Amino acid sequence: MKKLGSQTVKFQNPPSIIGTATIVGPKEGQGRFKDYYDIILKDSLYQEKSWEKAETKILKEAVEIAIKNSQVPNAKIDYFIAGDLLNQIISASFAARELGLPFLGIFGACSTIAEGALLGSMLIDGGFGENLVAASSSHFCTAERQFRYPLELGNQRKPTSQWTVTGAGAMVLSAKAQNPRITFATVGKVIDMGEADPNDMGTAMAPAAVDTIVTHFQDTGRSPDYYDLILTGDLGIIGKNIAEELLKQKGYDVSKKYSDCGALIFYPEQDVHAGGSGCACAAVVTCGYVYKEMLKGKYNKVLLIATGALMSTTSTQQGETIPCIAHAVSIENL
Amino acid sequence: MDFVMAFIVGGLICLVGQILMDTTKLFPAHILVLFVTLGAVLSGLGLYQHIVDIGRAGATIPITGFGHTLVTGVIQDVNQYGLLGVFTGALRAAAGGITAAIVFGFLMALLFNPKSK
Repeated sequence: MKKLGSQTVKFQNPPSIIGTATIVGPKEGQGRFKDYYDIILKDSLYQEKSWEKAETKILKEAVEIAIKNSQVPNAKIDYFIAGDLLNQIISASFAARELGLPFLGIFGACSTIAEGALLGSMLIDGGFGENLVAASSSHFCTAERQFRYPLELGNQRKPTSQWTVTGAGAMVLSAKAQNPRITFATVGKVIDMGEADPNDMGTAMAPAAVDTIVTHFQDTGRSPDYYDLILTGDLGIIGKNIAEELLKQKGYDVSKKYSDCGALIFYPEQDVHAGGSGCACAAVVTCGYVYKEMLKGKYNKVLLIATGALMSTTSTQQGETIPCIAHAVSIENL
Repeated sequence: MDFVMAFIVGGLICLVGQILMDTTKLFPAHILVLFVTLGAVLSGLGLYQHIVDIGRAGATIPITGFGHTLVTGVIQDVNQYGLLGVFTGALRAAAGGITAAIVFGFLMALLFNPKSK
């Protein structure tokens, strides 16, 4: 059995991340991880007629570059697992239309990159494929149009709101044995603590992240000390503080190892309020900064917990609270 | 003096909106509707006209002024045509503002494309 405890899997032959790619928008390109992205766009429309087309193009090109970086021929890619934030995950599906790879579309909101890595690792360790791509994308302008207000309206943003990251991250997973590798994965449960404000996602998602982190430690018998870096997806500055506090209450002091992609990705002076969010947030930080620093050996044991808020505009309008999820993957140099 | 008063009155109205944005969970659309309604109620009670007398454009240009225009129109039409004025007054009085919003909105949409900051 590869299952550990209630929600965790241990990979017998841990799949390797053999290549990644990241593309980001201009604002992200001025952020903290600017030196780690493959392409920084000058214009978030990327020579397309709509932002939705731009997002598809960003995702497609990130996948192509990741495959190129991995030096695996296209014909040897067995699956393309991807998702995004838009209705019917059109960015992923439309990118798949161009890529011509066997496609599995997933929706985990901003947790998509971890969900993709987790499912991809299961496929590879299960022997159902040799190489595959996991990817996700988001775009500030498409997300605003869908979840909040069209940009034309010029609405003011709330102090608790987060800035959807424009970009895409893709990773090629392989059965080859090389570092870094995905060793464990913890599948999250949907947690809803009754938060209903879509302008304050960090507060809504923090309990889901905490639930998955605690379960991961219980299932694996590991403690926060085991990891060099514990990184949540996009809780932002407000959610990160809540998560840290909740973990402390549960007896896990993570303060020295813990950070959050959303809290880090932009500099405070970029005026994004509570930080970054979106499917691309955890994706570009993991595929860019984390991956490249693991290759250099700065980090050897990383726990990524990507968080997602699973509401829709309809559920928000009907006053529903926000169900949230977090999936964890351990990425380690063995 | 008119400029100063317009600045102060208009600024105070916007300050209320900003406080609501920053400290409550209200969405911008909630605040918009709240302000129109507030202007209408204050106008119906005969209070908003005093604010307009002091602040002029500072009181008529914020969205509360729109509520004031609607109610003033209704009162005028009711006085002139009777109860039917309830249905005709609001849009008649606000016709200039609404049509200007549509025309200029259309022109701007033709001329410019939105961008992210």
